[in-house]
Amino acid sequence: MKFSETWLRHWVSPDWTTQALADHITMAGLEVDAIAPVAGAFDGVVIAEVVDKQPHPSADKLNVCHVDDGGDEPVQVVCGAPNVAVGQKVPFARVNATLPGDFKIKKAKLRGVESRGMICSASELELEEGTSDGIWVLPPTAPVGDGLRDWLALDDHAIEVDLTPNRGDCLSLKGMAREVGVLSRLPLNEPEISVVTPKNQETFPVRVEAPAQCPRYAGRVIRGVDLAAETPLWMTERLRRSGIRAIDPIVDVTNYVMLELGQPMHAFDLARLQDGIVVREARGDERLTLLDGQDIALRDGTLIIADAHRPLAIAGVMGGEASGVNANTQDIFLESAFFSPLAVAGQARSYGLHTDASHRFERGVDPQLTQVALERATQLLLEIVGGEPGPVTEVASPDHLPLGCSVTLRRARLDQCLSLVIADDDVVDILSRLGMHVDVVAEGWRVKVPSWRFDIALEEDLIEELARIHGYDRIPVRRPAARLKLSAADETRQPLSRLRRHLVARGYQEAITYSFVAPELQETLTPGAIAPALANPISADMSVMRASLLPGLVKAMMHNLNRQQPRVRLFETGLVFRGELDDLEQVSMLGGIICGPRHPEGWSATRERVDFFDLKGDLESLLALTHRPDAWRFEAGEHPGLHPGQTARIICDGRPVGWVGALHPGVRAELGLKTGAFVFELELEAATQGLLPAFEPLSRHPEVRRDLALVVKDDVPVMALMDAMRDQAGEWLVDLRLFDVYQGEGIEKGHKSLALGLTWQHPSRTLNDDEINQLVDAIVGEAKSRFAAVLRS
Amino acid sequence: MDHLPQLVAEARAAIESAEDVQSLDEVRVRYLGKKGEITALLKGLGKLPAEERPKAGEQINDAKQVLSDELEARKKHLQDAELNARLAQERIDVTLPGRGEPTGGLHPVTRTLERIESLFAHIGFDVAVGPELEDDYHNFEALNIPAHHPARGMADTFYFDASRLLRTHTSPVQVRTMKEQAPPIRIVCPGRVYRSDSDLTHTPMFHQVEGLLVDEDVSFADLKGTIEDFLKAFFERESLSVRFRPSYFPFTEPSAEVDIQCVMCGGDGCRVCSHSGWLEVMGCGMVHPEVFRHSGIDAERYTGFAFGMGAERLTMLRYGVNDLRLFFENDLRFLRQFG
Repeated sequence: MKFSETWLRHWVSPDWTTQALADHITMAGLEVDAIAPVAGAFDGVVIAEVVDKQPHPSADKLNVCHVDDGGDEPVQVVCGAPNVAVGQKVPFARVNATLPGDFKIKKAKLRGVESRGMICSASELELEEGTSDGIWVLPPTAPVGDGLRDWLALDDHAIEVDLTPNRGDCLSLKGMAREVGVLSRLPLNEPEISVVTPKNQETFPVRVEAPAQCPRYAGRVIRGVDLAAETPLWMTERLRRSGIRAIDPIVDVTNYVMLELGQPMHAFDLARLQDGIVVREARGDERLTLLDGQDIALRDGTLIIADAHRPLAIAGVMGGEASGVNANTQDIFLESAFFSPLAVAGQARSYGLHTDASHRFERGVDPQLTQVALERATQLLLEIVGGEPGPVTEVASPDHLPLGCSVTLRRARLDQCLSLVIADDDVVDILSRLGMHVDVVAEGWRVKVPSWRFDIALEEDLIEELARIHGYDRIPVRRPAARLKLSAADETRQPLSRLRRHLVARGYQEAITYSFVAPELQETLTPGAIAPALANPISADMSVMRASLLPGLVKAMMHNLNRQQPRVRLFETGLVFRGELDDLEQVSMLGGIICGPRHPEGWSATRERVDFFDLKGDLESLLALTHRPDAWRFEAGEHPGLHPGQTARIICDGRPVGWVGALHPGVRAELGLKTGAFVFELELEAATQGLLPAFEPLSRHPEVRRDLALVVKDDVPVMALMDAMRDQAGEWLVDLRLFDVYQGEGIEKGHKSLALGLTWQHPSRTLNDDEINQLVDAIVGEAKSRFAAVLRS
Repeated sequence: MDHLPQLVAEARAAIESAEDVQSLDEVRVRYLGKKGEITALLKGLGKLPAEERPKAGEQINDAKQVLSDELEARKKHLQDAELNARLAQERIDVTLPGRGEPTGGLHPVTRTLERIESLFAHIGFDVAVGPELEDDYHNFEALNIPAHHPARGMADTFYFDASRLLRTHTSPVQVRTMKEQAPPIRIVCPGRVYRSDSDLTHTPMFHQVEGLLVDEDVSFADLKGTIEDFLKAFFERESLSVRFRPSYFPFTEPSAEVDIQCVMCGGDGCRVCSHSGWLEVMGCGMVHPEVFRHSGIDAERYTGFAFGMGAERLTMLRYGVNDLRLFFENDLRFLRQFG
């Protein structure tokens, strides 16, 4: 809502500066977004009359004019505007005047002809944006010699208020003035609106077939309007300062009344209506060409204004082209109606429209305003375009009219909610000035809410009204009191913050990537993954939900690789969305990606690049936080986006919970990714669930260590071999580690030599050689029989 | 005996000229060893007349002591020199950078979220989370935003179909919590939220922290105190001005926007605060009775307040980040600044 400060001050004018006025409005919950002067900074501009115009002797496009600026004799001025003409009243900047931009007008010679001043356009005075077509022609009544600023009261501000959707009642000067009146405790100075006496008895029939959606519809015929008449400058100025362009006198008047009172109105060309107005829902395959030229198919159920034969307008949204007022219009039918917010809500948006009318009707227009606004518009129209008004036709359905509810406000509840006591007199005064009828009752007040307040239905709504007018800043500051109750904390759960910090300590940066990704990238990285697609994505590359963290991480890695950051280590946590909409899982995942050199470039670093085991090592270290070494396993697996020979499924308690592996070379080629990259992704829940540490006594007896070198075929998984060894190693085995893997000279091709260290320790005695030898024999025997292992001498 | 002084002089010279511990030891053996020359003199005492023996013995012992001390001193000196030589050789340039993995870092938004969670944890707020792909009921209906309510136009929603959407705020978590838990309730709900808006100052995804407190006799004054304390703690400015401006959210009544004195210019007016001196940082209000009704909480017995804030905005203000879009590009040069 944008309006002129001066206009507002005609209604109510507290003794506040512009800024103070804006601050009061803002602090009442109507946020002032902008305060802007309605014209540029200029002085020395007066109203002048063009008294002579001759072509410039040496320039085709220039004229040498003489203007009467109220001085002793006409002033010669060279003017380049094509529309300058003798007899016009124009804004004239005298010599020594200052125009916006601190532009000083001086005596000048233009192509040899002296020019003493400048005839101005509206944009040069910053009354219009962009560049005007020519000089600004003022109405003939403009007084020659008077300062333009004073005459038009240009020392005014356009105040723009960003209204919340509950405050439809403030979408008018009347509404804003009512608020300012409450805030300043001043009465309103309302314009006088009298009932216009009909000049004839001509009516146009109105039938309302949808009374719930249109509980009140009023209209009147005005015969013989003169569309050649000009809208007075005072009105176009008020419209301009409120952000509305002047169009023609009829539209200007309806817009003016909408701004003044808040009632959107519409004028039809009577000659183009047939047999009467029908307010009904659209049906069948009806179409309508709107005033903006758009041809639309009306959906069944859309409330429309029609005549006997065809739709004329979408009710409360926009009129149709065919029935609109144009330059040849002689008779009009003027409409003022109350459409229920629910009937209009969503309609404009569903047709891709948003109009001043729909904006107001959706939020609620005062149903008691229908006739008042019709009279006001008639009165203004008669002054401007003349014509003969007929009587008002009104069709109303009182049962459907929302005429304000009654709400009880309890003193105790008010005091409790605000921790503050507002005096009885203030309560009554504030509510009354807001237009409420207040009765004192035993527990507090019984309040009748006015018809323009669609947002007040509950006690809390009244409390808010009182709080905001009384002032939020006057509500005390207190801290909530609560019982000091300890809550249980499950120690076996790893907080997510701990996992994050662990990865951070291992050199990872945390990434946050969009939850929606490009479907192509997702298909490349996780072929066949099913995830919901957005119905209204913001762009194609953010149109499906991620089924995996990989697309986001890969994209983030590539962003960095493209910016000379060759060594990337990133992780992310967040939800992934798996499955069809009706069978959807939203699973918390932890994922990571690494690429580039193993170590940052440095004086002691090798230039090796990261491989699978770097990432696996980081993961093992992370998973060790769960204190569940036996729960976790990595098994060779296949994932369509990952290298078939360098991919492991992560298993937790026998359940697959994630992946770790190298990006598939084919995928890399598709992405244009030259460097190898390794990724992991696992369900966060598995990584968060740990075990409570359980103490085991320390043995005082010596450890026994035996090292074995076993040669096995290349394709024997070390984990399986070690599992088998562990099974044979008895209960006193305390450590089994692989300390070397060797291939090369001395080892048959296709084989590998594994060096394994076994450590035993008994809790209560010293182990003897015989026992250990037996265990070693059993281990070697098992390795031989199950894995064809050969003990290397 | 007569050559004792001579012998001592020789020995001293030998000690003096020993260049390492080993040759020094040879000197010791030569003079003081079992078969050493001084030792031999001691052994020869018996050949002297009895009256001369005490004096001679004393002289020899004195000489032995002197040499012994000098040997020790020289040895110490040589050992020190050797150690110093080794130390000198082992000198490294300690200004060379250390070896190993440099530390990574948390995303700045995570940093902010964790900080907010922790500030509220100190006054007994638990963290609650919920799904991001929500239904119309939890994101709108239950929060008193029925279909076609003008407030639905306040946030541009990403839809999947007629009833399923990406949550536009973390408020649905409030609803879910209130349905499961009886008052008193104190929770903060951090998480991702989505609005179909993308320009210089909007990203289609961002993070919110929603807070909720429900108990008996909770008033707007409690809300003011909690929010003021939080903002002062978050920005670590005890004198930070905070103002509550009436506003509108369908799920709270009364509602307020919270402004703080601009942390960039101190309230003098700058580009960040659009020269107003104030920054809008969060929305809040008393829980609307309709929301309580949807959640099955007795609105006569209990009252509560809720608040919501954008984590990116607070992060930008706290660390001076001037471009929202940086948060989701994940440029390492950006991320490393918050490690």
